[in-house]
Amino acid sequence: MHLEIFNEREGSTILIEFAGSKVKDLLDHLKLNPEAFLVVRNNEVVTEEEILQDQDKVELLSVISGG
Amino acid sequence: MRCNKCPQKSVFSLQHGDLCRNHFIDYFEDKVFKTINKFQLIGRNEKLCVAVSGGKDSLTVLYLTKKYLEKNSIPANNLLALAVDEGIDQYREKTLVDLRKFCQEHNVPLTIVSFEQELGKTLDKAYPIINQDANKKPCNVCGVWRRYLLNKHAKKMGAGKVITGHNLDDEAQAIMMNMFKANTTLAARLGPISGVQEHDLFIQRVKPLYFCAEKEVRLYALLKHFQIEFTECPYSKEGYRHHIQEMLNDFEHKYKGTKQGIVNSFLAMLPLLQNQEKLSLPTIQQCSRCREASNKDICNACVMKETIQNV
Repeated sequence: MHLEIFNEREGSTILIEFAGSKVKDLLDHLKLNPEAFLVVRNNEVVTEEEILQDQDKVELLSVISGG
Repeated sequence: MRCNKCPQKSVFSLQHGDLCRNHFIDYFEDKVFKTINKFQLIGRNEKLCVAVSGGKDSLTVLYLTKKYLEKNSIPANNLLALAVDEGIDQYREKTLVDLRKFCQEHNVPLTIVSFEQELGKTLDKAYPIINQDANKKPCNVCGVWRRYLLNKHAKKMGAGKVITGHNLDDEAQAIMMNMFKANTTLAARLGPISGVQEHDLFIQRVKPLYFCAEKEVRLYALLKHFQIEFTECPYSKEGYRHHIQEMLNDFEHKYKGTKQGIVNSFLAMLPLLQNQEKLSLPTIQQCSRCREASNKDICNACVMKETIQNV
């Protein structure tokens, strides 16, 4: 499937081809720790068990902010 | 995935089940209010000063403190917000914009004090000078000056408590940092109420978000639509804390409940630690320069200030 990924921490958007199915697989694929990110799919907050669909727009929001 | 309590879609997974938006908000607020009650963090007739930055933690604790007061019919005009502008380029000015707007919307008076006005230089300009003679990172300078200004101005405002947005992650990190560095004196000052001894010169600092994970706080702020622009202190990655934070997040991912376990174990040991520290506490005196609390003739904040002035 094809996904559009916005990473808040980096302020960047990328398009990727993804062979997995769940949000947790995506985070694993991107080597991101789920403890450090909230995931929003098509403007809805989702859990790590959520199954992604082709053409989904995914936002990765950083849990860690401030200093 | 569905909520464990209703047919709505879940937004958060806990160890014992999933929660939808509304049930997560209830769960989160309940946890904060229970913490306030259990540790008696807020008195009925005292002025409260919330230490704010404009980030998710401080806006959440400010919002929920106000909600707690309203829920318990405590006059909200006792609530004040106090921010410290450290003078970090491209960072603090952004969060202060959100903060001013938030305080205006929620009708909480806001006072902003700055390192530059109070101590002579911004953090950006001060720490390279202070670091010339001592191996101090910006975080050490920042920590000393922030605590100094918060205490000084909260006292000036007549506050009985300073409320901070420290969360479970902050506390677990601080516990491990002190453990790794064998700093039992600093460890004894942790807990939902900071400090080992009460003194007229010190305003107690209390932490209503003590049992809320950082991820939960971020989600709460998001679900409540608090306007928060993502910002990260440019110095945060230089600190020891950053390495501990990454380590604990890795552990939490592999072994759920690690951070909670660290904090719970620490709370069981804290009374023993505090009793031990009370035996060797230095006498609190007034700094000969600024008249604020100090355990030496000149307090750390003034020592740093004089280092800058002498250049």
